[in-house]
Amino acid sequence: MLSDPLTLIDKIWDQHVVADLGSEFALLHVDRSLIHDLSGARALKTVAEIGHSVRNPELTFATPDHTVSTEPGADHVGPQYERCVKPLRRYSQENGIQMFDIGEPGHGIVHVIGPELGLTLPGTTVLCGDSHTCTHGGLGALAWGIGTSEVTHVLATQTIIQRKPKCMRINFDGILDCGVEPKDLILSVIGRLGAAAGDGYAIEYAGQAIQGMSIDERMTICNLSIEMGAKIGMVAPDNTTFEYIAGRQFAPRDEEWELAVEHWQTLPGDEDAQFDAEVMIAVAGVAPQVTWGTSPEHVTAIDGLVPDPAAEADSDKRRAMAAALEYTDLVPGTPLDGIPIDRVFIGSCTNSRLSDLRRAANLARGRRVADNVRAWVVPGSEDVKRAAVAEGLDTIFRDAGFDWREPGCSLCVGSNGETVAAGQRCVSTTNRNFVGRQGKDSKTHLVSPGMAVAAAISGRISDVRKLLN
Amino acid sequence: MQKFTRITSVAAPLMQANIDTDTIIPMSRYVTAEIDTLHQFAFEPLRFNADGSENPNFALNQRAFRGAHILIVGPNFGCGSSRETAVWAIAGLGIRCIIAPSFGSIFYANCFQSGLLPVVLPLVTVEAFAVLAETEPERAEFTVNLETCQVVPPKGASVSFQVEPFRRVALLEGLDDIGLTMKHDEEIADFQRQDRQQRPWIYLR
Ligand code: SF4
Repeated sequence: MLSDPLTLIDKIWDQHVVADLGSEFALLHVDRSLIHDLSGARALKTVAEIGHSVRNPELTFATPDHTVSTEPGADHVGPQYERCVKPLRRYSQENGIQMFDIGEPGHGIVHVIGPELGLTLPGTTVLCGDSHTCTHGGLGALAWGIGTSEVTHVLATQTIIQRKPKCMRINFDGILDCGVEPKDLILSVIGRLGAAAGDGYAIEYAGQAIQGMSIDERMTICNLSIEMGAKIGMVAPDNTTFEYIAGRQFAPRDEEWELAVEHWQTLPGDEDAQFDAEVMIAVAGVAPQVTWGTSPEHVTAIDGLVPDPAAEADSDKRRAMAAALEYTDLVPGTPLDGIPIDRVFIGSCTNSRLSDLRRAANLARGRRVADNVRAWVVPGSEDVKRAAVAEGLDTIFRDAGFDWREPGCSLCVGSNGETVAAGQRCVSTTNRNFVGRQGKDSKTHLVSPGMAVAAAISGRISDVRKLLN
Repeated sequence: MQKFTRITSVAAPLMQANIDTDTIIPMSRYVTAEIDTLHQFAFEPLRFNADGSENPNFALNQRAFRGAHILIVGPNFGCGSSRETAVWAIAGLGIRCIIAPSFGSIFYANCFQSGLLPVVLPLVTVEAFAVLAETEPERAEFTVNLETCQVVPPKGASVSFQVEPFRRVALLEGLDDIGLTMKHDEEIADFQRQDRQQRPWIYLR
């Protein structure tokens, strides 16, 4: 009998079923469990309190990222050090969990270090108490974010109870125009499909544009899956993936490497596999994007105008748009290009990898940050930082008037006390422009790293393509 | 975990779309507040004015809805960050059930860990419920019955909802996931033994 053709997601799912729990629920094995300073210590404490131990500490890795200070010279000690970092360190040690501690190689934003260390591998299940765990899907891992109770469950049992998601494939046809980045592409998709379009789905990104992207770029795409409502986003592993992984600290070696690659090559979906939903996106013609509201779906091309809620037919959307514009203090009909700004943030698990910093530094070289703007560059990890310094990127940024900082989540969410002041407008390479996300009453405009540099230089939201001419 | 069988209560309507978990519990509170004080900051940006006073337009600040155990909310409720503190903050307000056209998926999963029932109904139904909740608010009681999987509105026919059978049983019995999974301990060990042969590179020690 011929078996049904399977998708990438089907294959990885099937390989991890420990027990079928009925009604589409399964108990799945967790290959890599990553914990951080916001929920990690709390979950580890609960495991002990309910009389369990960490089942597989050798498959569990810890890093403090959300609450560490990124201020140079502050030794990463932020206001939540005692409350968040220290307990994580203590509980990790007590449970035999390897922690990549601040200032050490391997330390950084959990979604930057997993791939960088070779912990995230194709075909693995990777779970973390953070919604942007979908980032790891860029390497062909089935990875998603979970809540603290589920983290406790994973620690105690090395499994997760999960309902099989529906599969959506987004096909990107064509290649990106000059000056347009993967971040722009995925923002434009969210704008088109909406912030809830992926609800209940795992998304597989495919097509010519994806095949041509580096792993860093694929991770940027996958990172924003959750902003479309999808817990999981992934790209089938290929030679680009294998080349990225080879030689990394925790990557398989020698004979195991051969075995692993052989296995990974069987993971891409069968040609005639069926998807529950399929979307075609023409990539050519997508312009650099910028958000104007308080949801990533509130996005438009840089040459667009602040939209008018009155023109929106759907009454709920109209209300949400009006509330968003009141918050971001923008008037319908205003061109986005030219809106004055106060802050720029280049960082976060979306856009803080070496390739992002290279792209930004190339544009910043020989230019100056506008006088009225404070612009930060926060590398995603200690390794990114060291590699960037070795290439002299820090000098380029500093010479251009950027602040070069220590690795961490920083202004992406402000849980380390680093925030944008009330009323200020920040152009940011992060993934969320929610109300108060970067600080109470702060306004966020999501963009690509190139667009962030363009904004820093001109002191206004600005089209990066002007810097290319 | 608290069991859920049936509740009867007025229902507070919050129909704005895409209420995210940063709005449900701001990061500053997530980091600093103890679990049992989180409810004080639930919906902080919507519930309070800049000067810290209550926003009278916010449903949960209105007399009729203060003791509500049910929320009627707009699409994509609980989208965004995975923080389970969002569920804890809402549960801390005494809310036991949230009725929505759709939920953020991580928030949805988190609800079941705290005995909070998320009910998904078509947008038109939810909107009609919101209208009912606001007319004669003090007397507009809804009953949510998990045994029969029905919502009985204050007026009109009752409406059936679906919840995964597995989750339903766990809520009805107040079962906790870890206890459930521990019954599969042998299978987990077997899985790892076999998997180690097939994918040795996964097992780092
Ligand atoms: S960088 Fe931002 S989005 Fe990424 S894990 Fe940190 S806080 Fe979350």
